[in-house]
Amino acid sequence: MKLHLKIWRQVNNNSKGKFINYDVDNVSEHMSFLEMLDVLNEKLVHKGEDTISFDHDCREGICGSCGMMINGFAHGPGAGVATCQLHMRSFKDGDKIVIEPFRAKAFPVLKDLVVDRSAFDRILQKGGYISAKTGGIPDGNAIPVKKEDSETAMDAAACIGCGACVAACPNSSAMLFVSAKVSHLGLLPQGKIENKERVKKLVAAMDEEMFGSCTNTYACEAECPKEISITNIARLNKYFIKATL
Amino acid sequence: MIGEVFISPPKNNINTNNLVTAKIFSYFCNDKISEMNIFNSYLTSSVGKKILMSLTGLFLCSFLVVHVAGNLLLFKNDNGEAFELYSQLMSTNIFIRSIEIGLFFGFALHIYLGLHLWNQNRKLRPIGYKKYKLSENANFESRIIRLTAVFVLIFLVVHLRTFWFEGRFLGAPSIFELVKVSFQNNYYSWFYVLSMLLLSYHLKHGFQSAFQTLGLRNKKYLLILNLVSFIFWFIIPLLFASMPIYFLFRK
Ligand code: SF4
Ligand code: FES
Repeated sequence: MKLHLKIWRQVNNNSKGKFINYDVDNVSEHMSFLEMLDVLNEKLVHKGEDTISFDHDCREGICGSCGMMINGFAHGPGAGVATCQLHMRSFKDGDKIVIEPFRAKAFPVLKDLVVDRSAFDRILQKGGYISAKTGGIPDGNAIPVKKEDSETAMDAAACIGCGACVAACPNSSAMLFVSAKVSHLGLLPQGKIENKERVKKLVAAMDEEMFGSCTNTYACEAECPKEISITNIARLNKYFIKATL
Repeated sequence: MIGEVFISPPKNNINTNNLVTAKIFSYFCNDKISEMNIFNSYLTSSVGKKILMSLTGLFLCSFLVVHVAGNLLLFKNDNGEAFELYSQLMSTNIFIRSIEIGLFFGFALHIYLGLHLWNQNRKLRPIGYKKYKLSENANFESRIIRLTAVFVLIFLVVHLRTFWFEGRFLGAPSIFELVKVSFQNNYYSWFYVLSMLLLSYHLKHGFQSAFQTLGLRNKKYLLILNLVSFIFWFIIPLLFASMPIYFLFRK
Protein backbone atom coordinates (compact mmCIF):
# COMPACT_ATOMS: atom_id res chain seq x y z
CA MET A 1 0.00 0.00 0.00
CA LYS A 2 0.93 3.63 -0.38
CA LEU A 3 0.93 5.99 2.57
CA HIS A 4 1.20 9.73 2.99
CA LEU A 5 3.12 10.60 6.10
CA LYS A 6 3.38 13.93 7.85
CA ILE A 7 6.32 13.70 10.20
CA TRP A 8 7.66 16.14 12.77
CA ARG A 9 11.27 17.03 11.99
CA GLN A 10 13.43 18.88 14.46
CA VAL A 11 17.21 19.10 14.28
CA ASN A 12 17.84 19.33 17.99
CA ASN A 13 16.40 20.49 21.26
CA ASN A 14 17.09 24.16 20.58
CA SER A 15 15.80 24.35 17.06
CA LYS A 16 12.27 24.92 15.90
CA GLY A 17 10.73 21.91 14.27
CA LYS A 18 8.21 21.54 11.50
CA PHE A 19 6.14 18.91 9.73
CA ILE A 20 7.45 17.45 6.49
CA ASN A 21 5.45 15.28 4.13
CA TYR A 22 6.75 11.95 2.87
CA ASP A 23 5.17 9.34 0.67
CA VAL A 24 6.03 5.67 1.12
CA ASP A 25 5.14 3.02 -1.44
CA ASN A 26 5.05 -0.72 -1.24
CA VAL A 27 4.24 -0.91 2.42
CA SER A 28 3.31 -4.46 3.32
CA GLU A 29 0.55 -4.96 5.83
CA HIS A 30 2.78 -7.41 7.70
CA MET A 31 5.33 -4.73 8.52
CA SER A 32 5.42 -3.15 11.91
CA PHE A 33 5.13 0.59 12.10
CA LEU A 34 8.82 0.93 12.86
CA GLU A 35 9.74 -1.27 9.90
CA MET A 36 7.73 1.04 7.71
CA LEU A 37 9.80 3.94 9.06
CA ASP A 38 12.96 1.90 8.42
CA VAL A 39 11.94 1.58 4.78
CA LEU A 40 11.41 5.31 4.58
CA ASN A 41 14.77 5.96 6.24
CA GLU A 42 16.53 3.72 3.77
CA LYS A 43 15.00 5.73 0.98
CA LEU A 44 16.23 8.91 2.64
CA VAL A 45 19.74 7.49 2.99
CA HIS A 46 19.82 6.73 -0.72
CA LYS A 47 18.75 10.25 -1.47
CA GLY A 48 21.45 11.55 0.87
CA GLU A 49 18.97 13.14 3.23
CA ASP A 50 18.97 13.16 7.01
CA THR A 51 17.12 10.11 8.31
CA ILE A 52 14.20 10.36 10.70
CA SER A 53 15.25 9.70 14.27
CA PHE A 54 13.04 7.61 16.48
CA ASP A 55 13.70 5.63 19.63
CA HIS A 56 13.56 1.86 19.55
CA ASP A 57 15.31 -1.08 21.07
CA CYS A 58 13.54 -4.35 21.76
CA ARG A 59 10.89 -4.06 19.05
CA GLU A 60 8.69 -6.43 21.00
CA GLY A 61 6.91 -4.15 23.43
CA ILE A 62 9.10 -4.55 26.48
CA CYS A 63 11.64 -1.74 26.54
CA GLY A 64 9.22 1.17 26.28
CA SER A 65 11.43 3.32 24.12
CA CYS A 66 9.47 3.50 20.87
CA GLY A 67 6.71 5.91 21.86
CA MET A 68 5.38 8.40 19.34
CA MET A 69 2.06 10.01 18.60
CA ILE A 70 0.42 8.45 15.55
CA ASN A 71 -2.69 10.12 14.21
CA GLY A 72 -3.49 11.54 17.62
CA PHE A 73 -2.96 8.32 19.55
CA ALA A 74 0.05 7.46 21.69
CA HIS A 75 1.55 4.33 20.11
CA GLY A 76 -1.04 4.65 17.37
CA PRO A 77 -4.52 3.17 17.12
CA GLY A 78 -5.48 -0.05 18.87
CA ALA A 79 -5.30 -0.97 22.52
CA GLY A 80 -2.47 -2.69 24.33
CA VAL A 81 0.32 -2.29 21.79
CA ALA A 82 3.50 -0.26 21.64
CA THR A 83 4.48 1.41 18.36
CA CYS A 84 6.84 -1.45 17.55
CA GLN A 85 3.97 -3.92 17.85
CA LEU A 86 1.64 -1.90 15.70
CA HIS A 87 1.12 -3.60 12.39
CA MET A 88 0.59 -1.76 9.14
CA ARG A 89 -2.61 -3.72 8.63
CA SER A 90 -4.15 -1.16 10.99
CA PHE A 91 -3.94 1.28 8.06
CA LYS A 92 -5.41 1.40 4.60
CA ASP A 93 -3.92 2.19 1.25
CA GLY A 94 -3.78 5.95 0.73
CA ASP A 95 -4.06 6.81 4.44
CA LYS A 96 -2.63 10.06 5.73
CA ILE A 97 -0.68 9.52 8.93
CA VAL A 98 0.49 12.31 11.21
CA ILE A 99 3.51 11.31 13.30
CA GLU A 100 4.60 13.53 16.17
CA PRO A 101 6.82 13.13 19.21
CA PHE A 102 5.28 12.74 22.66
CA ARG A 103 4.56 16.26 23.85
CA ALA A 104 5.11 17.38 27.40
CA LYS A 105 7.25 19.97 29.08
CA ALA A 106 8.83 17.16 31.08
CA PHE A 107 9.72 15.28 27.87
CA PRO A 108 11.81 17.70 25.79
CA VAL A 109 12.27 16.73 22.14
CA LEU A 110 15.86 15.78 21.40
CA LYS A 111 15.54 15.16 17.69
CA ASP A 112 12.60 14.45 15.38
CA LEU A 113 10.52 11.87 17.25
CA VAL A 114 12.98 11.23 20.06
CA VAL A 115 12.13 12.72 23.42
CA ASP A 116 14.11 12.76 26.63
CA ARG A 117 12.23 10.63 29.14
CA SER A 118 14.90 10.72 31.82
CA ALA A 119 12.44 12.54 34.08
CA PHE A 120 10.97 9.08 34.69
CA ASP A 121 14.37 7.75 35.73
CA ARG A 122 14.85 10.60 38.16
CA ILE A 123 11.44 9.93 39.71
CA LEU A 124 12.41 6.30 40.20
CA GLN A 125 15.73 7.28 41.71
CA LYS A 126 13.86 9.35 44.29
CA GLY A 127 11.54 6.61 45.42
CA GLY A 128 10.98 3.80 42.98
CA TYR A 129 12.93 1.16 44.85
CA ILE A 130 13.03 -1.01 47.93
CA SER A 131 15.90 0.19 50.07
CA ALA A 132 16.62 -3.05 51.93
CA LYS A 133 18.41 -5.86 50.20
CA THR A 134 15.85 -8.58 50.03
CA GLY A 135 18.22 -11.34 49.09
CA GLY A 136 17.45 -14.14 46.67
CA ILE A 137 14.07 -15.58 45.88
CA PRO A 138 12.43 -16.70 49.13
CA ASP A 139 10.98 -20.17 49.54
CA GLY A 140 7.59 -20.54 47.97
CA ASN A 141 5.56 -20.55 51.15
CA ALA A 142 7.93 -18.72 53.47
CA ILE A 143 6.09 -15.41 53.18
CA PRO A 144 2.39 -15.82 52.47
CA VAL A 145 1.10 -13.31 49.93
CA LYS A 146 -2.52 -12.94 48.93
CA LYS A 147 -3.03 -14.13 45.38
CA GLU A 148 -4.95 -10.98 44.56
CA ASP A 149 -2.11 -8.77 45.79
CA SER A 150 0.57 -10.60 43.92
CA GLU A 151 -1.50 -10.46 40.74
CA THR A 152 -2.15 -6.75 41.10
CA ALA A 153 1.50 -6.08 41.82
CA MET A 154 2.54 -8.10 38.80
CA ASP A 155 0.06 -6.32 36.57
CA ALA A 156 1.43 -2.99 37.72
CA ALA A 157 4.99 -4.21 37.19
CA ALA A 158 4.15 -4.64 33.52
CA CYS A 159 4.61 -0.88 33.06
CA ILE A 160 7.44 -0.32 30.62
CA GLY A 161 7.94 3.37 31.38
CA CYS A 162 7.13 4.40 27.84
CA GLY A 163 5.47 7.68 28.74
CA ALA A 164 2.35 7.17 26.64
CA CYS A 165 0.25 7.99 29.69
CA VAL A 166 1.88 11.41 29.90
CA ALA A 167 1.58 11.94 26.17
CA ALA A 168 -2.11 11.04 26.11
CA CYS A 169 -3.05 13.04 29.19
CA PRO A 170 -4.48 16.51 28.59
CA ASN A 171 -2.57 17.63 31.70
CA SER A 172 0.69 15.82 30.90
CA SER A 173 0.32 13.98 34.17
CA ALA A 174 2.51 11.04 35.06
CA MET A 175 0.10 9.62 37.60
CA LEU A 176 -0.42 6.31 35.83
CA PHE A 177 3.30 5.64 35.59
CA VAL A 178 3.96 6.66 39.19
CA SER A 179 0.95 4.77 40.48
CA ALA A 180 2.11 1.65 38.68
CA LYS A 181 5.35 1.84 40.69
CA VAL A 182 3.41 2.43 43.89
CA SER A 183 1.39 -0.74 43.35
CA HIS A 184 4.22 -2.77 41.99
CA LEU A 185 6.46 -2.10 44.97
CA GLY A 186 3.88 -1.46 47.63
CA LEU A 187 1.66 -4.51 47.58
CA LEU A 188 4.26 -7.14 48.32
CA PRO A 189 5.68 -7.75 51.79
CA GLN A 190 9.22 -6.58 51.03
CA GLY A 191 8.09 -3.23 49.73
CA LYS A 192 5.07 -2.59 51.91
CA ILE A 193 7.05 -1.32 54.86
CA GLU A 194 8.26 1.72 52.98
CA ASN A 195 4.92 2.58 51.39
CA LYS A 196 4.37 5.85 53.14
CA GLU A 197 7.82 7.23 52.54
CA ARG A 198 7.83 5.99 48.99
CA VAL A 199 4.57 7.57 47.94
CA LYS A 200 5.56 10.93 49.36
CA LYS A 201 8.91 10.86 47.62
CA LEU A 202 7.44 9.77 44.31
CA VAL A 203 4.72 12.42 44.35
CA ALA A 204 7.19 15.16 45.24
CA ALA A 205 9.57 14.00 42.52
CA MET A 206 6.77 13.88 40.00
CA ASP A 207 5.78 17.47 40.80
CA GLU A 208 9.39 18.58 40.66
CA GLU A 209 9.77 17.15 37.18
CA MET A 210 6.85 19.29 36.01
CA PHE A 211 4.28 16.65 35.31
CA GLY A 212 0.72 17.88 35.60
CA SER A 213 -1.95 16.95 38.08
CA CYS A 214 -4.48 14.27 37.32
CA THR A 215 -8.02 15.35 36.45
CA ASN A 216 -9.29 11.79 36.11
CA THR A 217 -9.98 11.80 32.39
CA TYR A 218 -8.54 8.26 32.26
CA ALA A 219 -7.06 8.86 28.82
CA CYS A 220 -3.84 7.31 30.16
CA GLU A 221 -5.47 3.96 30.81
CA ALA A 222 -6.97 3.94 27.32
CA GLU A 223 -3.58 4.57 25.73
CA CYS A 224 -1.27 2.51 27.93
CA PRO A 225 0.33 -0.29 25.87
CA LYS A 226 0.42 -2.45 28.99
CA GLU A 227 -3.15 -1.61 29.97
CA ILE A 228 -2.19 -0.43 33.44
CA SER A 229 -5.39 0.21 35.36
CA ILE A 230 -6.42 3.53 36.87
CA THR A 231 -7.25 1.70 40.09
CA ASN A 232 -3.52 2.06 40.69
CA ILE A 233 -4.00 5.82 40.75
CA ALA A 234 -6.74 5.42 43.35
CA ARG A 235 -4.29 3.29 45.35
CA LEU A 236 -1.59 5.95 45.11
CA ASN A 237 -4.07 8.54 46.37
CA LYS A 238 -5.08 6.28 49.24
CA TYR A 239 -1.48 5.68 50.26
CA PHE A 240 -0.78 9.39 50.00
CA ILE A 241 -3.64 10.19 52.37
CA LYS A 242 -2.48 7.50 54.79
CA ALA A 243 1.08 8.78 54.61
CA THR A 244 0.25 12.41 55.23
CA LEU A 245 -2.49 12.23 57.84
CA MET B 1 24.47 5.08 36.04
CA ILE B 2 20.72 5.17 36.20
CA GLY B 3 20.48 1.41 36.36
CA GLU B 4 23.01 1.23 39.12
CA VAL B 5 21.24 3.65 41.41
CA PHE B 6 17.97 1.99 40.68
CA ILE B 7 19.06 -1.53 41.44
CA SER B 8 21.00 -0.78 44.58
CA PRO B 9 19.80 2.41 46.20
CA PRO B 10 22.61 4.39 47.76
CA LYS B 11 21.64 4.25 51.43
CA ASN B 12 22.28 0.58 51.42
CA ASN B 13 25.80 0.63 50.25
CA ILE B 14 27.20 3.03 52.76
CA ASN B 15 30.17 1.71 54.57
CA THR B 16 29.30 3.14 57.97
CA ASN B 17 32.87 2.87 59.17
CA ASN B 18 33.81 5.50 56.71
CA LEU B 19 32.23 8.56 58.25
CA VAL B 20 33.17 10.95 55.50
CA THR B 21 31.50 8.96 52.76
CA ALA B 22 28.54 8.38 55.02
CA LYS B 23 28.19 12.10 55.60
CA ILE B 24 28.43 12.91 51.93
CA PHE B 25 25.94 10.20 51.11
CA SER B 26 23.45 11.26 53.68
CA TYR B 27 23.76 14.83 52.44
CA PHE B 28 22.71 13.78 48.97
CA CYS B 29 20.19 11.19 50.00
CA ASN B 30 18.49 13.14 52.70
CA ASP B 31 15.98 14.80 50.43
CA LYS B 32 13.54 17.06 52.14
CA ILE B 33 10.72 15.28 50.37
CA SER B 34 10.43 12.62 53.01
CA GLU B 35 9.86 15.33 55.57
CA MET B 36 6.69 16.44 53.89
CA ASN B 37 4.26 17.41 56.61
CA ILE B 38 0.49 17.60 56.55
CA PHE B 39 0.43 21.27 55.77
CA ASN B 40 2.75 21.41 52.82
CA SER B 41 1.75 18.05 51.45
CA TYR B 42 -1.81 19.26 50.96
CA LEU B 43 -1.12 22.79 49.88
CA THR B 44 1.85 22.27 47.65
CA SER B 45 1.72 18.81 46.15
CA SER B 46 -0.40 18.06 43.13
CA VAL B 47 -2.06 15.08 44.76
CA GLY B 48 -2.76 17.05 47.93
CA LYS B 49 -4.42 19.85 46.00
CA LYS B 50 -6.57 17.35 44.18
CA ILE B 51 -7.63 15.84 47.49
CA LEU B 52 -8.67 19.25 48.78
CA MET B 53 -10.48 19.81 45.52
CA SER B 54 -12.45 16.61 45.93
CA LEU B 55 -13.21 17.21 49.60
CA THR B 56 -14.57 20.67 48.93
CA GLY B 57 -16.50 19.29 45.96
CA LEU B 58 -18.16 16.62 48.08
CA PHE B 59 -18.95 19.17 50.76
CA LEU B 60 -20.69 21.30 48.15
CA CYS B 61 -22.55 18.21 46.96
CA SER B 62 -23.87 17.61 50.45
CA PHE B 63 -25.26 21.12 50.40
CA LEU B 64 -27.08 20.37 47.15
CA VAL B 65 -29.03 17.62 48.90
CA VAL B 66 -30.25 19.98 51.61
CA HIS B 67 -31.00 22.66 49.07
CA VAL B 68 -33.01 20.45 46.76
CA ALA B 69 -34.94 18.89 49.64
CA GLY B 70 -35.98 22.30 50.91
CA ASN B 71 -36.86 23.55 47.47
CA LEU B 72 -39.21 20.65 46.88
CA LEU B 73 -41.58 22.59 49.13
CA LEU B 74 -42.12 24.84 46.13
CA PHE B 75 -44.27 22.11 44.66
CA LYS B 76 -46.57 22.05 47.66
CA ASN B 77 -49.90 23.47 46.72
CA ASP B 78 -50.18 25.95 49.58
CA ASN B 79 -49.27 29.13 47.77
CA GLY B 80 -45.75 29.02 49.10
CA GLU B 81 -46.51 28.93 52.80
CA ALA B 82 -44.26 26.00 53.66
CA PHE B 83 -41.51 27.28 51.39
CA GLU B 84 -41.69 30.70 53.03
CA LEU B 85 -41.28 29.14 56.46
CA TYR B 86 -38.34 27.15 55.23
CA SER B 87 -36.58 30.14 53.72
CA GLN B 88 -37.14 32.09 56.90
CA LEU B 89 -35.55 29.30 58.88
CA MET B 90 -32.63 29.28 56.47
CA SER B 91 -31.92 32.94 56.93
CA THR B 92 -32.38 33.17 60.70
CA ASN B 93 -31.18 29.90 62.18
CA ILE B 94 -27.73 30.42 63.69
CA PHE B 95 -26.60 26.89 62.82
CA ILE B 96 -27.52 27.33 59.18
CA ARG B 97 -25.90 30.73 59.08
CA SER B 98 -22.61 29.35 60.30
CA ILE B 99 -22.73 26.55 57.73
CA GLU B 100 -23.28 29.26 55.16
CA ILE B 101 -19.88 30.70 56.01
CA GLY B 102 -18.35 27.26 55.59
CA LEU B 103 -20.05 27.03 52.21
CA PHE B 104 -18.51 30.26 51.08
CA PHE B 105 -15.08 29.03 52.01
CA GLY B 106 -15.81 25.71 50.36
CA PHE B 107 -16.77 27.41 47.13
CA ALA B 108 -13.84 29.79 47.30
CA LEU B 109 -11.31 27.00 47.82
CA HIS B 110 -12.86 24.76 45.18
CA ILE B 111 -12.85 27.56 42.63
CA TYR B 112 -9.39 28.76 43.55
CA LEU B 113 -7.86 25.28 43.34
CA GLY B 114 -9.64 24.60 40.08
CA LEU B 115 -8.27 27.77 38.51
CA HIS B 116 -4.85 27.21 39.97
CA LEU B 117 -4.54 23.62 38.73
CA TRP B 118 -5.88 24.57 35.33
CA ASN B 119 -3.35 27.36 35.09
CA GLN B 120 -0.54 25.04 36.12
CA ASN B 121 -1.48 22.19 33.83
CA ARG B 122 -2.02 24.23 30.71
CA LYS B 123 1.62 25.28 30.72
CA LEU B 124 2.90 21.73 30.78
CA ARG B 125 2.50 21.06 27.09
CA PRO B 126 3.98 24.16 25.49
CA ILE B 127 3.72 22.74 21.98
CA GLY B 128 0.40 21.06 21.37
CA TYR B 129 -0.37 18.16 19.07
CA LYS B 130 -1.36 18.60 15.48
CA LYS B 131 -3.64 15.63 15.87
CA TYR B 132 -4.87 14.66 19.30
CA LYS B 133 -7.68 12.16 19.75
CA LEU B 134 -8.53 12.83 23.36
CA SER B 135 -12.18 12.52 22.44
CA GLU B 136 -11.74 8.81 21.87
CA ASN B 137 -9.87 8.21 25.09
CA ALA B 138 -11.74 10.30 27.61
CA ASN B 139 -15.45 10.74 28.15
CA PHE B 140 -17.33 13.89 27.27
CA GLU B 141 -18.01 15.14 30.78
CA SER B 142 -14.38 14.91 31.83
CA ARG B 143 -13.26 16.84 28.78
CA ILE B 144 -15.67 19.71 29.36
CA ILE B 145 -15.20 19.93 33.11
CA ARG B 146 -13.64 23.40 32.91
CA LEU B 147 -16.36 24.70 30.63
CA THR B 148 -19.07 23.39 32.92
CA ALA B 149 -17.20 24.82 35.90
CA VAL B 150 -17.19 28.32 34.42
CA PHE B 151 -20.83 28.09 33.50
CA VAL B 152 -21.85 26.83 36.93
CA LEU B 153 -19.94 29.72 38.46
CA ILE B 154 -21.77 32.24 36.29
CA PHE B 155 -25.01 30.57 37.23
CA LEU B 156 -24.10 30.75 40.89
CA VAL B 157 -23.50 34.49 40.75
CA VAL B 158 -26.79 35.11 38.97
CA HIS B 159 -28.63 32.78 41.32
CA LEU B 160 -27.21 34.34 44.47
CA ARG B 161 -27.93 37.81 43.18
CA THR B 162 -31.56 37.01 42.39
CA PHE B 163 -32.51 35.15 45.53
CA TRP B 164 -29.99 35.12 48.31
CA PHE B 165 -28.80 38.72 48.02
CA GLU B 166 -32.29 40.02 47.40
CA GLY B 167 -33.69 38.20 50.42
CA ARG B 168 -30.83 38.78 52.82
CA PHE B 169 -29.73 42.30 52.03
CA LEU B 170 -32.47 44.02 50.12
CA GLY B 171 -35.18 42.68 52.38
CA ALA B 172 -37.42 41.10 49.78
CA PRO B 173 -40.71 40.47 51.61
CA SER B 174 -41.49 37.07 50.12
CA ILE B 175 -38.95 34.70 48.66
CA PHE B 176 -41.73 32.60 47.21
CA GLU B 177 -43.05 35.58 45.23
CA LEU B 178 -39.52 36.27 44.07
CA VAL B 179 -39.13 32.70 42.88
CA LYS B 180 -42.49 32.76 41.16
CA VAL B 181 -41.88 36.03 39.33
CA SER B 182 -38.36 35.07 38.30
CA PHE B 183 -39.35 31.66 37.02
CA GLN B 184 -42.26 32.99 35.07
CA ASN B 185 -39.74 34.82 32.95
CA ASN B 186 -38.96 32.72 29.92
CA TYR B 187 -35.31 33.63 29.55
CA TYR B 188 -34.56 33.28 33.19
CA SER B 189 -36.17 29.86 33.43
CA TRP B 190 -34.46 28.42 30.40
CA PHE B 191 -31.17 29.80 31.63
CA TYR B 192 -31.83 27.78 34.77
CA VAL B 193 -32.60 24.64 32.88
CA LEU B 194 -29.47 24.98 30.78
CA SER B 195 -27.41 25.64 33.90
CA MET B 196 -28.76 22.48 35.48
CA LEU B 197 -27.83 20.50 32.41
CA LEU B 198 -24.27 21.78 32.69
CA LEU B 199 -24.26 21.22 36.44
CA SER B 200 -25.30 17.68 35.69
CA TYR B 201 -22.28 17.18 33.44
CA HIS B 202 -20.06 18.81 36.04
CA LEU B 203 -21.26 16.41 38.70
CA LYS B 204 -21.19 13.42 36.40
CA HIS B 205 -17.45 13.81 36.19
CA GLY B 206 -16.82 15.49 39.51
CA PHE B 207 -18.65 13.21 41.88
CA GLN B 208 -17.07 9.90 40.98
CA SER B 209 -13.79 11.65 40.27
CA ALA B 210 -13.70 12.80 43.88
CA PHE B 211 -13.82 9.20 45.04
CA GLN B 212 -11.01 8.25 42.72
CA THR B 213 -8.93 11.08 44.17
CA LEU B 214 -9.74 9.99 47.70
CA GLY B 215 -8.61 6.49 46.83
CA LEU B 216 -12.04 4.99 47.36
CA ARG B 217 -12.86 4.04 43.81
CA ASN B 218 -12.20 0.36 43.41
CA LYS B 219 -14.04 -2.65 42.07
CA LYS B 220 -15.63 -3.38 45.42
CA TYR B 221 -17.43 -0.06 45.68
CA LEU B 222 -17.89 0.71 42.02
CA LEU B 223 -21.53 -0.28 41.79
CA ILE B 224 -22.67 1.63 44.84
CA LEU B 225 -20.54 4.58 43.78
CA ASN B 226 -22.19 4.65 40.37
CA LEU B 227 -25.61 4.51 41.98
CA VAL B 228 -24.97 7.41 44.33
CA SER B 229 -23.29 9.28 41.52
CA PHE B 230 -26.46 8.82 39.45
CA ILE B 231 -28.49 10.52 42.18
CA PHE B 232 -26.13 13.46 42.09
CA TRP B 233 -25.70 13.94 38.39
CA PHE B 234 -29.16 12.95 37.26
CA ILE B 235 -31.83 13.12 39.94
CA ILE B 236 -30.76 16.28 41.74
CA PRO B 237 -30.21 18.49 38.67
CA LEU B 238 -33.45 17.13 37.23
CA LEU B 239 -35.36 18.12 40.35
CA PHE B 240 -33.80 21.56 40.31
CA ALA B 241 -34.58 22.01 36.63
CA SER B 242 -38.18 20.94 37.12
CA MET B 243 -38.77 23.94 39.40
CA PRO B 244 -38.51 26.72 36.81
CA ILE B 245 -40.35 24.55 34.31
CA TYR B 246 -43.17 24.05 36.82
CA PHE B 247 -43.63 27.78 37.32
CA LEU B 248 -43.23 28.50 33.65
CA PHE B 249 -46.08 26.24 32.68
CA ARG B 250 -48.27 27.12 35.59
CA LYS B 251 -48.54 30.81 34.77
S1 SF4 C 1 1.74 3.31 32.76
FE1 SF4 C 1 1.52 2.47 30.70
S2 SF4 C 1 1.63 4.28 29.39
FE2 SF4 C 1 2.45 4.90 31.35
S3 SF4 C 1 4.64 4.56 31.22
FE3 SF4 C 1 3.78 2.67 32.09
S4 SF4 C 1 3.41 1.37 30.31
FE4 SF4 C 1 3.71 3.43 29.49
S1 FES D 1 10.94 -0.91 20.80
FE1 FES D 1 10.86 -1.71 22.80
S2 FES D 1 8.80 -1.34 23.33
FE2 FES D 1 8.84 -0.77 21.24
